[in-house]
Amino acid sequence: MVDKIHVKTTINGLPQEFLVDPFMSLLETLRDVLNLTGTKEGCNDGNCGACTVVLDGRIVDSCCVLGAEIEGKTVETIEGMAGPDGLHPLQQAFLEEAALQCGICTPGFLVSAKALLEREPEADEHRIRYWLAGNLCRCTGYDKIIKAVQKVQA
Amino acid sequence: MVSTQEYKVIGTRPIRHDGLDKVTGRAVYGADIKLPGMLYGDVLRSPHAHARIKSVDTSGAEAMDGVIAVMTSADMPEAGDKIVDLGEGEINLKYASNHIIASGKVNFKGHPVAAVAATSTNIAREAVRAIKVEYEVLPSAITVDEALADGAPIICEEMVGDDLGEEVKNTNMASHFRHEFGDLEKGFSEATTIVEHRYDLAMVHQGYIEPQNATAVWNEEGRIKVWVSTQGSFSTRTQIAGVLQIDESRINVVPLEIGGGFGGKIPIYLEPLAAILSKKSGGKPVRILMDRTDVFDATGPTPGGWVNVKMGVNDEGIITAAESDIRFDAGGFPGSPVGAAAMCVFSCYDIANTRIDGYDIIVNKPKTAAYRAPGSTHVAFATESVVDEICEKIGMDVVEFRLKNASKEGSRRADGPIFPLIGNVETLEASQASPHWQSELVRDGGNGKLRGRGIANGYWFNIGFKSSVNLSVNTDGTVMLVEGSTDIGGTRVSIAMQAAEVLGIPAEDVRPTVVDTDSVGYTDVTGGSRTCYATGYAAYNAAKSLITKLTTRAASIWDLSEDQIEFSEGKFASKSDPELSMTFKELASQLNDTGGPVNSTGAVDLENAGGSFATHIVDLEIDPETGKTDVVRYTTVQDVGTAIHPSYVEGQMQGGAVQGIGWALNEEYFMSDEGAMENASFLDYRMPTSLDLPEIETILVEVPNPVHPYGVRGVGETPIVPPVAAIANAIYDALGIRLRSAPMNPGRILVALKEKNG
Amino acid sequence: MARVFIPFALRKLTDGVTEVRVSGGTLREVIDNLEEMYPGTKERIVENDAIKSGLAAVVGEQPTREGLRTKVGEDIEVHFIPHIAGGRAVARCGSGLGR
Ligand code: FES
Ligand code: FES
Repeated sequence: MVDKIHVKTTINGLPQEFLVDPFMSLLETLRDVLNLTGTKEGCNDGNCGACTVVLDGRIVDSCCVLGAEIEGKTVETIEGMAGPDGLHPLQQAFLEEAALQCGICTPGFLVSAKALLEREPEADEHRIRYWLAGNLCRCTGYDKIIKAVQKVQA
Repeated sequence: MVSTQEYKVIGTRPIRHDGLDKVTGRAVYGADIKLPGMLYGDVLRSPHAHARIKSVDTSGAEAMDGVIAVMTSADMPEAGDKIVDLGEGEINLKYASNHIIASGKVNFKGHPVAAVAATSTNIAREAVRAIKVEYEVLPSAITVDEALADGAPIICEEMVGDDLGEEVKNTNMASHFRHEFGDLEKGFSEATTIVEHRYDLAMVHQGYIEPQNATAVWNEEGRIKVWVSTQGSFSTRTQIAGVLQIDESRINVVPLEIGGGFGGKIPIYLEPLAAILSKKSGGKPVRILMDRTDVFDATGPTPGGWVNVKMGVNDEGIITAAESDIRFDAGGFPGSPVGAAAMCVFSCYDIANTRIDGYDIIVNKPKTAAYRAPGSTHVAFATESVVDEICEKIGMDVVEFRLKNASKEGSRRADGPIFPLIGNVETLEASQASPHWQSELVRDGGNGKLRGRGIANGYWFNIGFKSSVNLSVNTDGTVMLVEGSTDIGGTRVSIAMQAAEVLGIPAEDVRPTVVDTDSVGYTDVTGGSRTCYATGYAAYNAAKSLITKLTTRAASIWDLSEDQIEFSEGKFASKSDPELSMTFKELASQLNDTGGPVNSTGAVDLENAGGSFATHIVDLEIDPETGKTDVVRYTTVQDVGTAIHPSYVEGQMQGGAVQGIGWALNEEYFMSDEGAMENASFLDYRMPTSLDLPEIETILVEVPNPVHPYGVRGVGETPIVPPVAAIANAIYDALGIRLRSAPMNPGRILVALKEKNG
Repeated sequence: MARVFIPFALRKLTDGVTEVRVSGGTLREVIDNLEEMYPGTKERIVENDAIKSGLAAVVGEQPTREGLRTKVGEDIEVHFIPHIAGGRAVARCGSGLGR
């Protein structure tokens, strides 16, 4: 067995320090080491987006990043999206527009959509669909997800 | 029975009660659970599609540090040859047991052979690799035609097949049945136009985003507790009890949030393995998670196979006869949805003379499971394509033809029973009047692509069955609702709404909770489009009984008899004294001084929910250079009975349509000659993304179901039925080519274009 | 009397008759009387005093939820329909109408 790696990082604005196996993905690290299970696993190979988090301002599939790689960086997950003042407008819009059915894809969509709106607040429907194409949803047919994002833009 | 009154809660769009947890990441799904002292399981799966297991040597795994327990089929009790009803579909326990872990033989690639529990996932994975299995690889049969060919390898050797009531041995044909009504020969002799074709479909997967999972404890008292994401906690309990041969009452199934199922999370896969590993490790909790490859290789796809349809019409455009031959691959064990397919194949039409042959055929592929209206999409592809072709031949409008021949109340379905009140005609009329159908198709998009429009119908019968609901009143006037139906897509809210409607309080004041099998009465699976209907009905009954009890309470407060009090619009009032009136809330606040808690319960075992019909319209464009098809406009029209929460009804229609679009254009199990799925990842098994789709328009037709107090019909399954046929018809409109094999992917389209253009 | 539709797999036992009038106030009585008329039919429909698994009994328009106890009215239709096949390991398989 190889030695664990010591990692110091910031997750959802809070400093974190932990030991992680060198082969462990960020997804596993979040879920199993840090108990942040809001980030979901759908494929573990970068093809569904259920594990989407923001790493130093960029969205990534956390299953394709190593836990040890976040040393010195900042990570934002679904757990950091709502604050003491309540839900993020996207979360509220997802609820109002029924943009989730089973909800397993929802954290990934919310994290991706938030990054989109921060970058391109004016994105048109095609652009929203393009941006969210890395997130799979098998339940909704995407229609209500797109409408929820547009509602926040309006 | 259908109330014509205006509803206060039904038809509105409240926020679902479980939504907050799901948008914040707090909701606990199957893989999110972590118990003290928990061990991590892993499963060794067969690399071969068909092989005899000559030996299994687990000593290497057992010797590893951190490995706590190892199991093989030798640890499973001998399961009897008994059929268990799961609500939507049935299983044979002997096969279920052999399916969960192979005994003597593997029938498909990915078939479990051994399992381990260790102190970390990594050690478990290494331990599985250290198990040595000696296989004698056997020839495999991958398609229904291969499996029925002379000299085909026999997959379930001891099975006795049923060929129209006669026993057959040494066969892969588990069953062949027939429905026959009227006089087929006479019917065809009256026809002036006859069209007959065979339609082939590839095996496809439900594609739920959350992989299967199970966590179990088998304690010293012989009780098992299982945490799992499942469509039916009680059917999971029944299956575990059957496979492990212990009493159901000794098993408690805790349903966690479920990340999609579509029929695929009705069968059990991992639960008995986790339980046995727990027992062998001295009662420690054991969690097993599948990865995506396991999900594709070893959990319920829907069958591939083929459907032949022959249909004859006379000069007036009346269908005089129809005949179908349906052959489904069941996977490595018997039990495909061919029976359901036969119920659906001609259901949109009123046809006097019919014959349907159905075949359930074992092949060396994963054992199939239900997938949203199981079997109906396959047969709609065939029937609706043939209908489209007939319309062209006789020069009749495709909607007029369907209306002229439409099944309605009193028509005989081709497997026998007479239809009750259904909304087939209303659905067709609504699609005819829809903005989409009324719009002109712009044939030239100015981009060199070829455009076409298609339309198709679909039907699903919708089941009823058993559900239980408990209600209790809080003194603040809110109500706790406890149910056994796992919530895959917003059923907590739609069931709570039905109780709220009865009680005359807002939906937000009814707090629904899905509980474990120890805590509520028996409830069948969330599947078969039954939940909003049957569990909603149980909630309705429970709420009615709550009102009866509260009326007694009001009577005692006012010193009146019960029959002097009426309840309407959320108020209890004296029939004679207008001064005496209390809202639900006011009465609830007085419970403590008038006899204490008021609780009620509702339980139902219902007949089928009344079938639901849908018509889908699609415009698409095809790039003749690449063969790629893009859907540019899509409309779903469906009879939904009464839409309790319209947003979630629309969501079912949109989600089902998109699964059907994926099925039509892309999705497919690519099988190697050896029976391995070669595209077992989301990269290669390409499901539709947001970029592949336009808006999905929805038109809700409401023909209330006469056997439900609010007229609810199931809505979840029918939406997946028409898309494959609608797209095939649109491709014909665009290219003048009939594709009779799904998926209609770019490769097939290019080949067809080349054939046509020489 | 009920109108009993004979499933295809049982028509050998009824000399090809496809539909027959049978008396009886409950499904159990109807099936017993059918057996009187066409011996051998009952064992293909009933097992362990219940409708065989793999088979749905339709009385009227819908599959019954009360099994053999279902009341059968005058002129009502009775069908026995192979359900979604479950499969049997040793004895038999599939449609439920086998022996
Ligand atoms: S789990 Fe990371 S992309 Fe699917
Ligand atoms: S809501 Fe189920 S996968 Fe998106």
